[in-house]
Amino acid sequence: MIYKKLPQWFLLILPAIIILAAVILIPLLFSLYSSFTSYRLTRPDTLFNWIGTFNYEKAVKSGVFWAAFGRTILFLTIALNLEMFLGLGLALLVSRVTRGQRMLRTIMMFPMMFSPVLVGFQFKFIFNDNVGLVNNALQSLGLSNSAIPWLVDEKLAMFSIIFAEVWMSTSVFAILILAGLFSIPQDPQEAAKVDGCTPWQSFRHITLPFIMPFIFIAMAIRSLDVARAYDIVQVMTNGGPARRTEILWTLIGRTGYVDAKMGYANAMGYVSIFLAIFFTIYFFKKLNAARVELGMAR
Amino acid sequence: MNINRLSKLKSFFLKVSHHVTLFIAMSIICIPGLWIVLNSFRPTVDIMAKPPVWVPRGLNLDNYRAMFGGAGEGGVPVMQYFTNSLIISCTSTIIALFVGMAGGYAFARFRFKGKNAIFVGLLLTRAVPGVALSLPLFIVMAKTGIIDTHFGLILVYVAMNVPFTIWLIDGFFRQIPPDLAEAAEIDGCTRWQAFWKVEFPVAKAGVASAGIFAFLTSWNEYALASQLTRSTFSKTMPVGLRDFTSEFTINWGGMCALAVLLIIPALILTFIVQKHLISGLTFGGVKG
Repeated sequence: MIYKKLPQWFLLILPAIIILAAVILIPLLFSLYSSFTSYRLTRPDTLFNWIGTFNYEKAVKSGVFWAAFGRTILFLTIALNLEMFLGLGLALLVSRVTRGQRMLRTIMMFPMMFSPVLVGFQFKFIFNDNVGLVNNALQSLGLSNSAIPWLVDEKLAMFSIIFAEVWMSTSVFAILILAGLFSIPQDPQEAAKVDGCTPWQSFRHITLPFIMPFIFIAMAIRSLDVARAYDIVQVMTNGGPARRTEILWTLIGRTGYVDAKMGYANAMGYVSIFLAIFFTIYFFKKLNAARVELGMAR
Repeated sequence: MNINRLSKLKSFFLKVSHHVTLFIAMSIICIPGLWIVLNSFRPTVDIMAKPPVWVPRGLNLDNYRAMFGGAGEGGVPVMQYFTNSLIISCTSTIIALFVGMAGGYAFARFRFKGKNAIFVGLLLTRAVPGVALSLPLFIVMAKTGIIDTHFGLILVYVAMNVPFTIWLIDGFFRQIPPDLAEAAEIDGCTRWQAFWKVEFPVAKAGVASAGIFAFLTSWNEYALASQLTRSTFSKTMPVGLRDFTSEFTINWGGMCALAVLLIIPALILTFIVQKHLISGLTFGGVKG
């Protein structure tokens, strides 16, 4: 029997490896191959038309690609930082509440259950220039006479998308940081108070180092799923109008499915994959460093 | 005396500003969701009204009636979508849990060469953006003929959920001292029995939280489902939301009604297990 020779651990992780290889690895290898061809969905024979690194060169020379790339980085940086700070603030606010904290925590988890595509539609509705909640409120309160084009103007559209993304994902940070705040032992805090630390000092030197690993877990979990924002952007603006909110993922989707240029789309897809992997590895390194600092390393 | 009053005043203001900030933050969290729920009960005339109608009037169930109604009345096959979503999410969650349990157990209990590298490698597969993965998957599935089927989507969601499930469950098994299972084995259990009778009951909470995450991911997923499903027989609810949009207009009321239907199961499930959810994330991550 051949499987008797295999070690037990290998048999146990084998199903995971098989399914990941079948669903993710093999398609990715295929897309790697097709990114070196001029493959078009409409003409299957072009799959064997090897054109070397032409697609990659085309992407590197394309202004549209770099604009989308830069916008993606900008979007991720702003969104992740905002989520972290707002999540920290929210967790600190909730942790000070003595009564009804359970209820607040439940409310806080509310956005986590929303489907990203639903979040997209919801904010498309709310920021709608004609019937949206925001414009209606502004006009009723007399703060603005005309309808503000939230999803048309470049800066405002970016703002709206980031708002939606932050609304959806801040709770992940808040919940985890809150869990971190509860796990802090009380003694050092009290000792600091006795020694005359200001609240800021005791936050900076006691609370913050303790919740740092929790912040990094949240970052790591978020970075695993960083492209989830695609759903929101695709629904809210789909990169438009006139590519003003085009990010890497919407550009890939449009090139692949609408223009049917699969080879070119896959080449850009690989750039986005490496970007995601970079983010993930970066935060996992940070997470491990934070664990070592707290003596929780494996 | 003066100083005393000043500090009292200061702490009073701090308290008030704390409550005000908290109230504003909670409002921002709640209002978008409540806005959707409210609008699912409003007639389209009210939604579109200029100037806006603030005090709700004439709330009714028309949007829901239209949604469940026949195709002629602007209805969408919502029950079909709901069943599709339920079948796909439940099946993929159960499979992912079994695969994840086996994997998580292996990572928590065995020592082997390249363990960390394999672990990170598994996790990285989760980081692949859905849209970048959907292009080759679309082609591969079209070639093998499992595009637009429940089976295809279940397969994809299992693969999506396995890495995260392994991560969480691994963290939970680590919490359980290995002595526990060893003691059971000495008492005459086989390793298999020891797992199911001793270790599994202890790690149940972790498995539950991993299950919720897997379910929510599959239930809410859109990027892949929107490309890999075409017909009513396999479309999931998030994809179904698109049915309310046409070239230039969106049927907001109908969409809100479907959105409410989409959110209710997720909401119920999360409320039931929210305690495990938080502990699952923290155990799996920090102490793992």
